[in-house]
Amino acid sequence: MIATRGLTKRYGHLLVVDQVDLDVREGDRYGFLGPNGSGKTTVVRMLLGLVYATSGEITVLGQPVPKRVGEVLPSIGSLVEGPSAYGHLSGRANLALIDAAGKSGSRRTRRSRIAATLDRVGLGGIDNRPVKRYSLGMRQRLGLAAALLRTPKLLILDEPTNGLDPQGIREIRDLLIELNAAGTTVFLSSHQLSEVEQLCTRVGIVDRGRLVRQDDLETLRALTGRSIVRTPDGDRARELLDGQIELAQAGRLVVADADTAALNSRLVAHGVRVTEIAAERRSLEDVVLSVTGSGSDRVDILDGDRR
Amino acid sequence: MIHVELVKLARRPRTWVSLLLLCGLPVLVAVFVAVTHLAPPPGQGPALLSAVLSSGSLYPAAALAIVLPVFLPVAVAVVAGDSIAGEAGSGTLRYLLARPVGRTRLLAAKLIALIVYTLSAVILVAVTAYFTGISLFGSQPVAATPGGLTTSNIAATSLSGSGLTPAEIALRTLGAIAFIAVSMLGVGAIALFLSTITDSSLGAALGALAALITSEVLVTLNSASAVDPYLPTRYWLAWIDFFRDPIVWRNIERGFAVQGVYVVLFLGASWAHFATKDITS
Repeated sequence: MIATRGLTKRYGHLLVVDQVDLDVREGDRYGFLGPNGSGKTTVVRMLLGLVYATSGEITVLGQPVPKRVGEVLPSIGSLVEGPSAYGHLSGRANLALIDAAGKSGSRRTRRSRIAATLDRVGLGGIDNRPVKRYSLGMRQRLGLAAALLRTPKLLILDEPTNGLDPQGIREIRDLLIELNAAGTTVFLSSHQLSEVEQLCTRVGIVDRGRLVRQDDLETLRALTGRSIVRTPDGDRARELLDGQIELAQAGRLVVADADTAALNSRLVAHGVRVTEIAAERRSLEDVVLSVTGSGSDRVDILDGDRR
Repeated sequence: MIHVELVKLARRPRTWVSLLLLCGLPVLVAVFVAVTHLAPPPGQGPALLSAVLSSGSLYPAAALAIVLPVFLPVAVAVVAGDSIAGEAGSGTLRYLLARPVGRTRLLAAKLIALIVYTLSAVILVAVTAYFTGISLFGSQPVAATPGGLTTSNIAATSLSGSGLTPAEIALRTLGAIAFIAVSMLGVGAIALFLSTITDSSLGAALGALAALITSEVLVTLNSASAVDPYLPTRYWLAWIDFFRDPIVWRNIERGFAVQGVYVVLFLGASWAHFATKDITS
């Protein structure tokens, strides 16, 4: 669906995107994860033909971008750096304008399509108030509605849950999963680990313009070969598993043993009560922190920096 | 896309307020002149205003002279300056382009909306001024300028003193409307170009006005006479020559030519810049 080769973007001397090789497959829910200022938005803009790459190739839906971007954009719904709309018009009027722009959608079905899309994003009952009176979350939903208006094959969403409350985030996540099940590939750019972890099947981690890791979420969150045991009988367990325990905190043991079933029966057989036992997985946070530096919004003093 | 741009223009309260103000100023002037019967002496104040007392049918031309120096260029510069920069500032530009609307198409649609706005502004001013003039000053000639002829089929006097029939006045007013519209399009092209450069519509509008003011200053400057024929405002007032008898074409032709060059130049520059620009707004 999306493939880039050596994608690079410079603004003057500033290297914003550096040799990125994206690979998004059909049916993916792809999470494009990285700290603020790591070049995510610039990549998204290049995919949509808004920003021109300094070097490298982009293929979206089998067509070269930006050369034939006009042919693929009708099949893409996008949300880039927050939603935007004409503030003095209602949400419906905004959607009607955006639908009529470019290769316009059918005029006859416009009203019903807009109504259905608004309903889909949870704005079905919206009145005619101008968008400038919308809350942040409502605007976000309206932006999503604009992206969904043409039932796209590919959704490119940049921070789609910004400004939404937990309820709203959940709703949007369910909506995206539902769309994905119906065949839409979702490319989601975010700096929120939990959002990506809960939604995505595949993850690309970007840091300072470089794609530092790209893999299936399952692979990234591989088992560590250790088990986590919670028990009120910590001392007895420690005696029993002597040498296997890597970390012991109050009631929580990290055991170097991947076989939780055997471990459990052994503990119970020796009279150790187990309240919880599970195989340890790497969290996405561990993976991200291990491959990325601090975000570019942090500015540290460098050696020799005398200002 | 043209349709979408026209709808956007029409649904903007600003469009209607600016048109109302443009038409309102000449009406206000007409009311003062009609009440006091004190028109500025010929050669002072807005062009043609002194002749208006003799016949209201000249008032459209006088009204255009009233709005031409400031009001009209400001209105056109604001609309043109907003065209791309406004979309960029509100963040809607990226969604239009991702829709997709081709960049050239978007620019063309913006240009057509700008032309429609400029033409409607000039024509609306002329039309309201016509009705204002007829109802306040009458369409029939009273004894006109000294030495002017007064026969029943002469509706007004031209600046050179000879009589003009209503049909002639209408035709010459149309010529003036066309000339002024093209001059304003020159302003619009400059503002449109700046609009593709900056993301601030205010900046683009003010930049275009700054260019005009620079030009106005240079026009009055003898030491700048070398560049004088190429300044955008140099021939702005040439449309008054439509009301001379016979019409003096020289400056009118040059005015059209200069504006034509400015329009082509700045539209070309707008297109070249916008088509290759990184959209980061």
